[in-house]
Amino acid sequence: MDSGDTAWVLISTALVLFMTPGLAFFYGGMVRAKHLLGMLMQNFFAMGLLAVLWVLIGFTLAFGNTGDGGFIGNLDFLGFRDVSGAVGGGGGFLAELTIPFVLFAAYQMTFAIITPALITGATADRLKFSAYATFIGLWLVLVYAPVAHWVFAGGWLAEMGALDFAGGAVVHINAGAAALALVLVLGRRKGWPDELMAPHSLPWTLIGTGILWFGWAGFNAGSALAANGVAAQALLNTFVAASAAMLGWLVAERAKDGHATTLGGASGAVAGLVAITPCAGFVGSMPAILIGATAGVVCFLALSLKRRFRFDDSLDVIAVHLVGGLVGSLLLGLFADAQVNEAVAEEGLLVGGGAGLLADQAVAALATLAFSFVVSLVIAKVIDVTLGLRITEEQEERGMDLALHAESAYAFGDFG
Amino acid sequence: MKLITAIVKPFKVDDVKAALKEAGVQGMTVSEVQGFGRQGGHTEVYRGAEYTVDFVPKARVEVVVDVADAERLAEVILEAARTGKIGDGKVWITDVDRLWRIRTGERDRDAV
Repeated sequence: MDSGDTAWVLISTALVLFMTPGLAFFYGGMVRAKHLLGMLMQNFFAMGLLAVLWVLIGFTLAFGNTGDGGFIGNLDFLGFRDVSGAVGGGGGFLAELTIPFVLFAAYQMTFAIITPALITGATADRLKFSAYATFIGLWLVLVYAPVAHWVFAGGWLAEMGALDFAGGAVVHINAGAAALALVLVLGRRKGWPDELMAPHSLPWTLIGTGILWFGWAGFNAGSALAANGVAAQALLNTFVAASAAMLGWLVAERAKDGHATTLGGASGAVAGLVAITPCAGFVGSMPAILIGATAGVVCFLALSLKRRFRFDDSLDVIAVHLVGGLVGSLLLGLFADAQVNEAVAEEGLLVGGGAGLLADQAVAALATLAFSFVVSLVIAKVIDVTLGLRITEEQEERGMDLALHAESAYAFGDFG
Repeated sequence: MKLITAIVKPFKVDDVKAALKEAGVQGMTVSEVQGFGRQGGHTEVYRGAEYTVDFVPKARVEVVVDVADAERLAEVILEAARTGKIGDGKVWITDVDRLWRIRTGERDRDAV
């Protein structure tokens, strides 16, 4: 056991967990005031349900039989059986970790919590709470765990040679594709796209962005699973990619729409954080800036997709997470660098390698997208015909806060 | 007594207040309201898409005055609130039957 590595991953686990409330406020600021608690509740609730499910079944389906080159984990670690404070215990790379096995499992738990929560931005203001709870529970087991196994646990995509440092495919493409499937079944918000549904409090969104940016240090640099040079490079890359993406987004926004907006700055930073996620510990500092800037511009342009194809991705989860995840996963095929990380077996096209890695990255991205989209569509359909996915029109008009939770986010009146 | 009600542009409230004080008015009530007139709302841009918002933010100024002063004070508001551009608002005068000052119980003209 290495105490330095252990300390860093302990801290990273707390940092990544903090991202979920950060995400809650990032999204919460963008919804209308009457739906704020509905949005916050969905995100906070993910920390309740998914942590428990992770211990019971999620972890073993993702990381059982690590290194098998397969499709899904076995049941060796059901209920965290044999997941202890000692080093080692799993297969494949898990046997070589320098941190306690239970710490690795806890760290991965925080990823399993935030990934389904990312979807809430697409379904804002109309997804029934019971349907949401059912969806993310099933999704963790049926979609997240297998995809995590393919990529993070030495499954078939990892064995093929695809790289994903911290979850470009597992987290962002995965959640983005699920968001697309879910909004197609769920339908649009009442009044969209004709009505202006402006953010009720952009300061919340900026605070949320700050928390996400801060927590992302644990997400990406923590994924080194060690306190070393790769972690340090991942940390720097994470920060500068967010910065460059913010610049890219704002320049594009100013040129196209006439103003650099605070919402654009926040969205741009998050797009950069998303895109650098698969690349963080595999590329150098300059490529990190290029990846970020590209994501900022491309994700901004992707905003128009939802209006063109008439799907109500309310807070732009698809433009930021699906498109940003694709940008990062594919650009890694250009910039992966063995000098940065010796785990890079096949270097990127622009670093002196061939096109092999780029092809692997494309396969991994498309496989994740297709699997997540199809299974999410099936889960959403099943919930729709059984429980029902949507709140009633009257509840939607009244607002999620009062209609579903019997509370109000803001009680500013002086009249008692 | 008369009640003068004015719907004006929010940034004109300070000018209206100063002009009314100058003209001898001792109290007024202001509230934030929304509405539309011939201006027909305004446009806002969100995420690159343009939307028409029907209700434009305005300020409502209310002041109760003596019958003899009503016309003159309405003119004062007109002058102070006018920009000459669309959306300047409206002023109207209505009758007030009775008036009390709550603290002292003074009535009608004494309570103005």
